Amino acid sequence: MTESKLNLSPINQLHLRSGARMVEFAGYSMPLQYNLGVKAEHIHTRTKAGLFDVSHMGQVRLEGSSVKRELEALVPGDIQSLNAGRMRYTVFLNANGGIIDDLIVTDAGDHILIVVNAACRQKDLQFMKDNLQCDVEELENKALLALQGPMSEMILETIAPGVADLKFMSSGEFSVCGEYCFITRSGYTGEDGFEISMPANMAMEIAETILSHESAELIGLGARDSLRLEAGLCLYGQDLNETITPIEADLGWVIGKRRRQDGGFPGLENITRQLRDGAPTRRVGIRPNGRAPAREGTEIFDLEEKKIGSISSGGFGPTVGAPIAMGYVQNHSIAIGAQVSVLVRGNLLPATIVDLPFITPNYKRA
Amino acid sequence: MAETYYSKEHEWITVDGETGTVGITGFAQEQLGDIVFVEVIKENEDVAKDEEVAVVESVKAASDIFSPVSGLIIGANALLEDAPEMINNDPLESGWIFKMTLHNLEELDNLMNLASYKQFLDSIK
Repeated sequence: MTESKLNLSPINQLHLRSGARMVEFAGYSMPLQYNLGVKAEHIHTRTKAGLFDVSHMGQVRLEGSSVKRELEALVPGDIQSLNAGRMRYTVFLNANGGIIDDLIVTDAGDHILIVVNAACRQKDLQFMKDNLQCDVEELENKALLALQGPMSEMILETIAPGVADLKFMSSGEFSVCGEYCFITRSGYTGEDGFEISMPANMAMEIAETILSHESAELIGLGARDSLRLEAGLCLYGQDLNETITPIEADLGWVIGKRRRQDGGFPGLENITRQLRDGAPTRRVGIRPNGRAPAREGTEIFDLEEKKIGSISSGGFGPTVGAPIAMGYVQNHSIAIGAQVSVLVRGNLLPATIVDLPFITPNYKRA
Repeated sequence: MAETYYSKEHEWITVDGETGTVGITGFAQEQLGDIVFVEVIKENEDVAKDEEVAVVESVKAASDIFSPVSGLIIGANALLEDAPEMINNDPLESGWIFKMTLHNLEELDNLMNLASYKQFLDSIK
């Protein structure tokens, strides 16, 4: 029925064979979970290694003599200082400084590679084509797999010799199963790990080769979400949208030092004002004191029962072993450690404002 | 003797006299996934058939549990507070969710026995 209209990943058959429960996500049929279940998949990724199919994400190639300078007109990050092979998390901004999407920009030497959210792919492509002089080419017939967790390096090094030398947020081309793949040391779990961009027709063989290692398991979108929430990482559409600035999102660090001085990005006026005077709201972590999860949309109140904000992502953190959430609260009420209430099914439940992330990230920085 | 009935919402109710014990089936717990929180929200309240009585939360989402018959909710399984995963591990016994006093035993006629429930499961799978 509707399923026939959904895009299928190049390793769709592997999902079906592996007991995946498939769901629609941004026009793709993607695995929510496998037989292990969300909790065990989450723990497996934190303790061993998880293989995620993220082929639904948009991979775009930008090429042109002034591509870095042009791109800086759309994002607040310092792109011109990126060295070959290095990558940077940044955001597309609108004229008010609201976030159009969050993305990763990689300097691939003679061109720029960017990875954007599946749900924003068309919007982002149009935005770039409207605003960039350089060539904007969506890479078709590509797959994207992420191998995440403390054993990722050991596993991938046997398949793609040399990847162990990559540092966090850097990239390179490696031969995998006889084909050149673009591998980055990055991810969306708070763990060390890699993302592997490959020709679609190689995805099955590469995925199976990785999975032949006893410590690697397929992991679905359910655990991907609980892993990124524990790591304090934003999900576009929930934690970020076009009405939220990077300052409000507590992503002020994406604004490069040089960019703060020189400007030249959309929303400069509003963002400069927020940097000077403070933003009206700010993204924080929230820990319900009890066991009941507080989900997206849950309202947050101060102890005088005045509404001070709402939760943008909430659920249960399997590694934390408790409910966790992030959300936006009024800036003057955000002291870390403050006691607040969250309104769950008509009851005000006690909760605490906390720092993000909920786990200590395990990135390979040195 | 106690008898067990099943609903199309994938709940079971074991009835002994006028007292029913309610939980969810193995199929239901499998669909919900890892359960991390359970709350009976209508304790000591009269409920109609199909009224929401409890909330079961998995890692990903919250799901309502409805009463398979009308009655008075007389108790909740306190062990689930600290061990909600009992619903996954033992849905038909120690993972029971609430107890109720039935108002009308004839309502049980609208539920399924085990054989019919299995047929029902086959029909929706």
